[in-house]
Amino acid sequence: MYRYDSTDQQLIDERVSQYRGQMERHLAGELSADELRPLRLQNGLYIQRHGPMLRIAIPYGMLSSAQLRKLAEISRRYDRAVGHFTTRQNMQLNWPQFEETPEILAELASVEMHAVQTSGNCIRNITSDQFAGVAPDELVDPRPYCELLRQWSTFHPEFAFLPRKFKIAVNAAAQDRAVIRAHDIGLEVVSDERGEIGFKVLVGGGLGRTPILGKVVREFLPRRHILSYLEAILRLYNRYGRRDNMYKARIKILVQALGSEEFARQVEAEWAHLRDGETTVTDAEFDRIAGHFEPPAWETLPAEDPVHNTRLTTDKAFANWVKRCVHAHKTPGYAAVTLSLKAPGVAPGNISDAQMIAVADFADRFSFGELRVSHEQNLILSDVKLGDLHELWQLARGQRLATANIGLLTDMICCPGGDLCALANARSLPIAEAVNDKFDDLDYLYDIGDISLNISGCMNSCGHHHVANIGILGVDKNDEEWYQITVGGEQGNDAIIGKVIGPSFYAQEVPEVIEALIAVYLERRTASERFIDTWQRVGAEPFKARAYAGRDRRRTAKVADKESQAKEIVNA
Amino acid sequence: MPRIIKNTQIVEDHWQVLTLAENETPEAVALPAAPTLLPLAVWLARRDEIVTAGLAHGVWLDAGEGPEAVADDLERLPVIGVNFPKFTDGRSYSSARLLRERYTYRGEIRALGDVQQDQLFFMRRCGIDAYALRADKDIEKALAGLAVFSDTYQAAVDQPQPLFRRRTARGQEAA
Repeated sequence: MYRYDSTDQQLIDERVSQYRGQMERHLAGELSADELRPLRLQNGLYIQRHGPMLRIAIPYGMLSSAQLRKLAEISRRYDRAVGHFTTRQNMQLNWPQFEETPEILAELASVEMHAVQTSGNCIRNITSDQFAGVAPDELVDPRPYCELLRQWSTFHPEFAFLPRKFKIAVNAAAQDRAVIRAHDIGLEVVSDERGEIGFKVLVGGGLGRTPILGKVVREFLPRRHILSYLEAILRLYNRYGRRDNMYKARIKILVQALGSEEFARQVEAEWAHLRDGETTVTDAEFDRIAGHFEPPAWETLPAEDPVHNTRLTTDKAFANWVKRCVHAHKTPGYAAVTLSLKAPGVAPGNISDAQMIAVADFADRFSFGELRVSHEQNLILSDVKLGDLHELWQLARGQRLATANIGLLTDMICCPGGDLCALANARSLPIAEAVNDKFDDLDYLYDIGDISLNISGCMNSCGHHHVANIGILGVDKNDEEWYQITVGGEQGNDAIIGKVIGPSFYAQEVPEVIEALIAVYLERRTASERFIDTWQRVGAEPFKARAYAGRDRRRTAKVADKESQAKEIVNA
Repeated sequence: MPRIIKNTQIVEDHWQVLTLAENETPEAVALPAAPTLLPLAVWLARRDEIVTAGLAHGVWLDAGEGPEAVADDLERLPVIGVNFPKFTDGRSYSSARLLRERYTYRGEIRALGDVQQDQLFFMRRCGIDAYALRADKDIEKALAGLAVFSDTYQAAVDQPQPLFRRRTARGQEAA
């Protein structure tokens, strides 16, 4: 993975000093709370429902074991010994002390980490494929491009105060695992007919209150032009994106207003001034960064491991785990492993300090000391020998990290919701827990098969509910928590925004509604159909009819005990 | 006399900034004799009059007003103000870069409005070289904002080469 040189390190150290100074000025009364807000947000610090929340950047989800140990130590020393992984592959600490945040950033800097631009109206953490570098279906490793963009976007002087937040994702695989069409800019690494590497550029995707999929503005951009081309896009957005209404401030609204063809024309016109300048990326720089992502020292192994194969036939629980949590690797004899952070009774994406230490040990022992965070809020060991899988499974089971539910109903993406987040209209964690309680039988989950269920506590859609097969959105009606259900969403190459099936439900109805939707699927499916296939074939009606059948509309919703705290809506 | 930061020094400053009151129009507003930054609308409406009278005025661009409107007048304008209506409105960073990089403007570009210590580094990088700090802020302390980082990743007005080009050069020197 990328290691800082002395300049990278110095910049991050200087950032810590800058932030420390800003906090000192604030505490001395020289910077008001309002004046501090944009500064602390660009260092990941929110003021939440119960206090501060610090969002730590994990660039494109890559972590070393040493970094994870540091996160464990920080969570223990400065928080409640727990961290939460997010859909931007970052980690949130939910209980740090406001005054201690400069110390936390200094600790992070000691392991080449930071919280730069994890919030605020700026270019956020670049996200990518959790299987980058090992996926059999990828064209090239996307991480060098992510790192190039990380450096370019870090402290960019022109684009630090955009109309709204700005998210970029990069995919280089046949199957898009980074949801690039749901990003302000989605980059797909492609090669042209002569084998030159470049990007297909999509702009204007985003979830939130107006979910829109990104539009292609350029089919092929040679890779050397990527930074100047992005500067052209960002400059247009910075100058002409709406600033009068925060709900219409994302670039998708600008693209929509101009039409994607006119937007693309304006980008090309701006880019004509910028292209072929000093910002054109040199081959030497591509090579320098790519050198940091050289494959680890894989052993030459046979594609099959007989002992492993025997275990698969004799140990059903192990075989189930392998089926759901072990993924193909481009190198014979190796596999990528997902450690599920979706164990029953645990908030999705949460990890304890002890688990972090354990995973760091697993990474050192089985996977060259590195790991990844997925946007589905799980952890990945990318380079595990087939012969080591059984031992890893046993160890992971001991840490409750081997729930064999990846890609199944209980592998939910879920935001922290109203229990912690000041933006939320409703709680999401109790809904996740109720779904887990309802679907606690693994065999039943296996029978249901591949399905995605995502939960967002508000319109900001951090839980990606729009692109889930079943999406749950918390809404607030007269101070009561209600839940709107969408069905038919999908991530990946053919990303689809799900459709709302009808009026919202009370919290206690949600598990029954999910059960009803699943029941229709199980009754109607053909042998090879996944939930989404059946939905697309039979249409919404039977699902709607069952979801609302016998619904007792006289029942009153449970009133949530909401705190009337000012909502920090500026920078979700 | 008010003070501003010019380049890296605090200096006394004689420029005034004209803002139209509600009942004033660009066509009718009285033109001051003293050096003044005029609203773009006044400049556009009264350009010939100002030039004929030999008044040494400048212009200030609001955040939504790009430099395109004054592109042909740059040689007549010793100072161009770029306004930051609030700290988090970043449009004038683009205006400043365009003035320097596209229109090769060599005069002073002055940041006006909600200008505070923590924007100065970015402003300087975008080609702004004068900073009318918000009056309630300590201008002496704010100077520190110009020198927050010792290096930069991107090319900008202050450093036309991105770090990766300089890194390569350094690497070759070392080798």
